[in-house]
Amino acid sequence: MSLSETTAVTRQPLGVRLFASELSVLFRRWRTWAMLAALGAVPMLIGLAVKFSPKGPPSGRGPAFLDQITHNGLFVGVVALVVSTPLFLPLTVGVVAGDTIAGEAGLGTLRYLLAAPTGRIRLLVVKYVSSVVFCAAAALAVVLGGTITGAVLFPLGQATLLSGDTIGPAESFGRLLLMAGYVTVSLLGLSAIGLFASSMTTVPVGAMAATVVLAVVSQVLDNLDQLDWLHPWLFTDKWLALADLLRQPISWTSFGDNALLQLGYIALFGALAYGRFTTKDVLS
Amino acid sequence: MTESPGSPLAVRTTGLTKRFGRHTAVDRVDLEVPRGAVFGFLGPNGSGKTTTIRMLLGLVSASAGHAEVLGEEMPTRLMTVLPRVGALVEGPAFYPFLSGASNLRRLDTADLRAPAGTREKRVAAALERVGLTHAAHKRVHAYSLGMKQRLGLAAALLAPRELLVLDEPTNGLDPQGTREVRSLIRSLADDGTTVFVSSHLLAEVEQICTHAAVLRAGKLVAQGPLDELRNAARPRIEVRTPDVEKAAEVLRELGVATEPAPPGTVVGASNGLPAPEDVVAALVAAGVRVRGFSAAAASLEERFVELTGEGFDVAE
Repeated sequence: MSLSETTAVTRQPLGVRLFASELSVLFRRWRTWAMLAALGAVPMLIGLAVKFSPKGPPSGRGPAFLDQITHNGLFVGVVALVVSTPLFLPLTVGVVAGDTIAGEAGLGTLRYLLAAPTGRIRLLVVKYVSSVVFCAAAALAVVLGGTITGAVLFPLGQATLLSGDTIGPAESFGRLLLMAGYVTVSLLGLSAIGLFASSMTTVPVGAMAATVVLAVVSQVLDNLDQLDWLHPWLFTDKWLALADLLRQPISWTSFGDNALLQLGYIALFGALAYGRFTTKDVLS
Repeated sequence: MTESPGSPLAVRTTGLTKRFGRHTAVDRVDLEVPRGAVFGFLGPNGSGKTTTIRMLLGLVSASAGHAEVLGEEMPTRLMTVLPRVGALVEGPAFYPFLSGASNLRRLDTADLRAPAGTREKRVAAALERVGLTHAAHKRVHAYSLGMKQRLGLAAALLAPRELLVLDEPTNGLDPQGTREVRSLIRSLADDGTTVFVSSHLLAEVEQICTHAAVLRAGKLVAQGPLDELRNAARPRIEVRTPDVEKAAEVLRELGVATEPAPPGTVVGASNGLPAPEDVVAALVAAGVRVRGFSAAAASLEERFVELTGEGFDVAE
């Protein structure tokens, strides 16, 4: 008698209401807003540091595009995305994705959701999609914080792209949103890993830590030249390939490659989470 | 194995077994809970009550055996069975940062078959029924244990249910709250709902149940209508006399096993024979000065202790 049969035999509506309820639980938590506020503060720190440092930023040192900020405020958002991608964003996504199942188990609400009955697959999908919504919100928080900071502290004029073309402020903002989309896609694989980790335990902190550690380990491996055969398979490999979106015309190659890579991770860890969660004894 | 949904049993398990590694938590349990019954599921802490309940609700998969709830096989038919079952499992659990009403709304949303149109009304009615209307918009974080327990009951009552599974429903409630829960269970049973109440406190169950089952170390040791269980208990005889030794001897001759008793009394348990009046006659005939005599059917509590073993030893 396996529990995996339980949800497979039933055909259910998609559960849009449960998804709405999930989002409302996520965004009614003080913690979620604290993380988004912290992410929004990153570009403010960068902007203030650049504005009030005695000498202008040296070209070619520090995070990419840092020297562009003084010419165009919208680059604050770009720099902030680049700075947040290796650690800050994975940290917050790790907290949300690691909390998905383990958090419910830890509170004890998981048994009541399942006895409602929610259906295990449906719960898993709803949990994953809502953590993806958080990824998008996190990337947007950085971009919005950057745009506001940039608009307040620096001139918003023509932006010079990597290809040498110039675009106006409106299109620059469009590019920023595009980059937020790129970062969101980058975090999809990590969210799936977090979901799987979360289905393994009833201690949310454990799942969160495991997810964040994996994100760091993957980036460390990505920096070891001896392992360059492995690099294309690492989910962090394309995380910083944002620059292609700053060309005219936009080069979509890295966007597509990244999306494909993340899809692979979603498939793998989604399947693992499914296998684990649908057969798991819920004892919490 | 499968019966029609009109099965007279609300719960039926056959050989239901759960092993965790080498430990057998539930060992070949055959439960039969008639529809409309208030069924007391008794056993000391750690005897496997909650694990059995988790199997009935499809939270835990059985290692062996079958479980049928409301005439349908679990957990295969989980999605059609559980909307008709309200449950309180191992204490209430809620999101502390949401209000009581929001918590209920969320649980109701999780149940796909619960109509969204009547949600607000049903949430308000459930809160009203457990007396939490005044605290509906307070965060659960600020609730006392008893209030959480009530909210848990409200969650089980969100929709009309055919079966209520209540695991230790009076935990954390004050005497007044315990009484309220009892009368709530009675009124639900009057509406025709089958109520399956687990408890390690017998007194609580004795007052409201029509049927009971007793679990000991994962095994079912008794089951049936409460009166039958009560009758199965051996009557006890108590003799107050200055001639303790002689009285004990007479009782032993009559086949009554004597037990340690306070000075001046002799206590024995017989298997129903001989009749109490014959015991008195025999005692008097033997020259025992009888100052007091009582014969009483053992209370269910004594029967319970007899079945589950005495004291607080938690079953292995």
